[in-house]
Amino acid sequence: MPTDNDANNKITRRNLFRKGGLAAGATVVTGTAAALATKGGSDGLVWQIDPEKCIQCGNCATYCVLDPSAVKCVHALKLCGYCDLCFAYFSPGFEPEASIEVPAVESQLCPTEAIKRRWIEGPHYEYTIDEELCIGCGKCIKGCNNFGNGSLFLQVMHNRCVNCNECSIAEACPSDAFQRVPADHPYLLKGEDHQV
Amino acid sequence: MPILVALFLMPAPSAFGAERFALPKFKSGYELPPLHVPPAASDALEYLDVAALAVALALASYLALRARSRRALWVLMAASLAYFGFYRGGCICSIGAIQNVALALLDNGYAIPFTAVAFFVIPLAVTLLFGRTFCAAVCPLGALQDIVAVRPVRVPAWLDHGLGLLAYVYLGAAVLFAATGAAFLICEYDPFVAIFRLVPLTRPNAMMEAFGGSTGMLVLGAGFVLVGLFIARPYCRWLCPYGAILRLLSRASKWHVTITPDECVHCTLCEDACPFNAIQKPTTDLPRPDRLIDRRRLALLLILVPLLLAGGGCFGRWLGEPFSRMHFTVQQAQRVRLEETGQITGTDDISDAFYKTQRPREELYAEADAIGGRFDIGGTLLGVWVGLVVAVKLIHLSVYRTRTDYEPDRATCLSCGRCFKYCPVERKRLKTLKGEPTTP
Repeated sequence: MPTDNDANNKITRRNLFRKGGLAAGATVVTGTAAALATKGGSDGLVWQIDPEKCIQCGNCATYCVLDPSAVKCVHALKLCGYCDLCFAYFSPGFEPEASIEVPAVESQLCPTEAIKRRWIEGPHYEYTIDEELCIGCGKCIKGCNNFGNGSLFLQVMHNRCVNCNECSIAEACPSDAFQRVPADHPYLLKGEDHQV
Repeated sequence: MPILVALFLMPAPSAFGAERFALPKFKSGYELPPLHVPPAASDALEYLDVAALAVALALASYLALRARSRRALWVLMAASLAYFGFYRGGCICSIGAIQNVALALLDNGYAIPFTAVAFFVIPLAVTLLFGRTFCAAVCPLGALQDIVAVRPVRVPAWLDHGLGLLAYVYLGAAVLFAATGAAFLICEYDPFVAIFRLVPLTRPNAMMEAFGGSTGMLVLGAGFVLVGLFIARPYCRWLCPYGAILRLLSRASKWHVTITPDECVHCTLCEDACPFNAIQKPTTDLPRPDRLIDRRRLALLLILVPLLLAGGGCFGRWLGEPFSRMHFTVQQAQRVRLEETGQITGTDDISDAFYKTQRPREELYAEADAIGGRFDIGGTLLGVWVGLVVAVKLIHLSVYRTRTDYEPDRATCLSCGRCFKYCPVERKRLKTLKGEPTTP
């Protein structure tokens, strides 16, 4: 580019302006980079739901860019009462006495039958979540919070979440329950130590 | 059993996670299974993203400035669209990284990820050296628009200049909302991310919600693509906030794409080559009276500058309050206050979420007031910024510059290389001009 070089080397007002601009631009860009280097250094942040703020509105199931949502129900069994009559499992209209006549599907609250129930002993049953089936609607959690121990809660599952810069569920969350947490402690679990 | 039923029928106390039923003491030797959650994915792919960005930028700069090959740039552009766009879902991108940077600089509680810093800074540095080669072949948003621009029409210069100001306004607003922690506007209204993620194919239920979720974004994206068929790269030229920063840096760039590989022969053939109005014609000397009018106009504008800044500041201060309502805490405080004073009866999701925390109302009000204060300052600064942008644009348009050759406008030129083949000097270099001796 011979012409370009000649034009650049000539001392004109325009070239002086350009060189000044270049110096100023370079200073600003390096300055910003240096300021960010001191502020950053994190291994990155990921999205997570604070179970204490979550009100189970149902947005997690529908607003995620993934289908089904990256949000799933998690069960902290050490908080569970292992009840026979579980209000996270059975729909409100269900009567235990009539259970022989009512088909199993209609008696369940979960729209995808993602909660599995297993008899342990006496009147105690273990409830586990089939992650493949769970869509993160939070219906069971509402039931558990209202009538039970609140051992079920929603979490962003990090084997699925694509970590959008702005989470579209977070935008739609009516209780501001979504927050950025450090990637090395990516869960906010009930009944566990690493609550942030 | 009757006791158990009575327990169920009791009104639920608001205390959260209360252990109404103790963990049974199992006699059958049952052991509690541990709580298992999958670990976060490794960030190896993020480092690969940064490496891919650096390589693509180096390649784009070489292809635009040295190799001067539109075809090779197009191939690189398609590759960037495939990788950064469709494979990586358009996230994280340099445009969105503006918000992470603004939040990091103004909020000490936010630790910015390394990739966001890299995606923000590297293209800026490259633009200072070579011009906007990032826009030419690396940015997936630009690539998508460039590929669909099949029948570009010429936009009148006055409209082009006017709409171009929107990008600076958008930049200022995006920084304000990100720095106050209200929203990431650029991501929320990114028109192309829904297309990159093929949202309609994977989200049938999102389609059902008229304007909720991703559907609004999809409609926006489809609109931009349709307009983009006839108006080349509308988002890049008039809205892209990162492009607004690049325009400023590109003006001062060390090197830049040229239309001709050698001396301009003033053949006028490249005049209509650029779909972005980025080719500037040589100037003719104006007769003396016109110059006098120009000078008077410039003097008037210089007097007008403080007025524009002050007016912008006042307008921005006035907008601070409505803007602050974009912040969740302010919305929540307003709702709770209305319920407290009895102007609204009943609760909604937002106020329920607050009552659940059992915090005193005054604490929420104080927090919302503090955020409102930040918006007052931020709104004023945004207004001054918009006033400044308008003032600089007006002054820029009324300063007379001499140009002897056809040159790309360094600010608006996207280094796409469309003009190369229009230049007969370039054709001679490539030996594709008919009727010319191929060897001397």
